[in-house]
Amino acid sequence: MSARPDLFQLIGFGPEGWGAALITGAGMTLVIASSGFLIGAVIGVLGAWAKIKGNRWVRALADGYTTILRGVPDLLVIYLFYFGGSMLITATARLLGVEGFVGLPGVLAGAMAVGVTSGAQHTEVFRGAFGAVSPGEIEAAHACGMNRWVRLRRIIAPLTLRHALPGLGNVWQVVLKESALVSVTGVVELLRQTQIAAGSTRLPFDFFMIAAVLFLAISSVSGLVLYVAERRFSRSARRP
Amino acid sequence: MDIDFAFETFMALVGAVPLTIQLAVSAIFLGAFVAFGLAMMRLSGILPLALLARFYVFVFRGTPLLVQIFLIYYGLGQFPAVRHSFLWPLLREPYACAVLSLMLNTAAYSSEIIRGGLLSVPPGQVEAARAVGMPRLMILRRVILPLAIRQALPAYGNEMMSMVKATSLASIITLMEVTGVAARIISETYRVIEVFVVAGAIYLALNFTLSRLVLWAERALSPDKRRPASAAVPIAAATPASTGDA
Repeated sequence: MSARPDLFQLIGFGPEGWGAALITGAGMTLVIASSGFLIGAVIGVLGAWAKIKGNRWVRALADGYTTILRGVPDLLVIYLFYFGGSMLITATARLLGVEGFVGLPGVLAGAMAVGVTSGAQHTEVFRGAFGAVSPGEIEAAHACGMNRWVRLRRIIAPLTLRHALPGLGNVWQVVLKESALVSVTGVVELLRQTQIAAGSTRLPFDFFMIAAVLFLAISSVSGLVLYVAERRFSRSARRP
Repeated sequence: MDIDFAFETFMALVGAVPLTIQLAVSAIFLGAFVAFGLAMMRLSGILPLALLARFYVFVFRGTPLLVQIFLIYYGLGQFPAVRHSFLWPLLREPYACAVLSLMLNTAAYSSEIIRGGLLSVPPGQVEAARAVGMPRLMILRRVILPLAIRQALPAYGNEMMSMVKATSLASIITLMEVTGVAARIISETYRVIEVFVVAGAIYLALNFTLSRLVLWAERALSPDKRRPASAAVPIAAATPASTGDA
């Protein structure tokens, strides 16, 4: 390595620069992480509902789901969705008369895998948050003659969300870091893009350092947003 | 589900369990020392040290573990100084790099847990120990550490379990631990469900055992919460000192 190229030229937006590619990669990371987070949130609400209000079988199902997904490495779940999804699609395609291997797009498999793993954490967060809503407030809603739906929309959902916000922030940080694992399926997100750049420039340290800095930046900015949101939504509960 | 294939897979994966355990145990064991050092730095009251520890925790908790592994495994070799140093035979090995990055990563998380445990020790207890004339190290050994460890144990147990799961990332830098073998079998046979079920069951069994061990340690460290062995002892027979705790 004689003439070491200038770092700013490397990460810049010129013809030699990787800037545009890295920004696109970071965008893909955000897409995977946020869609995974949303899928997880939907699963989490259903899971918490099952754990709180479900009968014995539904509860056992939800307990099994959270126990398994919290005990199994995320990487295995990503493999399951990537290879399993592709197999399922190939089998369906064969039924429809299409021959050969049809792959599930890595982004879709990745977002689903991240969603299903984070769903277990979401479930616990929502369940804990619902438990923190004081029964008196729900009783008061009953007493005012609110029906089920109004009670859920006006009382239970906002209060649960307020208590859930700090926990949801933690889940988001985990999801963001987990999205880096989706790079193993070949999806060109931030980490995969830096791997490509590291390989072609032979500067792995510089580029993985840049990836680390970009991940730090994303997690710090989203942490700040969550902090502001937390303060906003707990205004009425704050002690003077 | 094909039972024969599942059994074959199970035998192949069980062969990889020792490597998974070895990775987890060495990372957790070495990481505990780094974590304790970091916690001490943060509580030292010396601003540069405390800031340094905070920065370390911020960086290692804010970036994905996989990036840290790549930085150490692929990144360090970029520098001729590293390639020519006496550490190179070690840093060239995927095993050493995996342990190193897992260790540095768990240290960041554990240091916060240990710090919380140390802060939870009531100042009165330390004061009392000082009042009876214990020297500083003895206070640490006999009063602070037992109380702090007991307090931090549940959270530390969770961290150990997530480390067991995190060893799976070592497969990406070619180490053939459980996930590595599972990925190989999946790509050879395309029988995802069986392999996932078997590998998942192995990780669940490992983590279940670990959680039992932590529970057992928790019980062993909290004799005050334990029910007295002979609950039928009449109150009059109990000494005044023991009734005071109830």
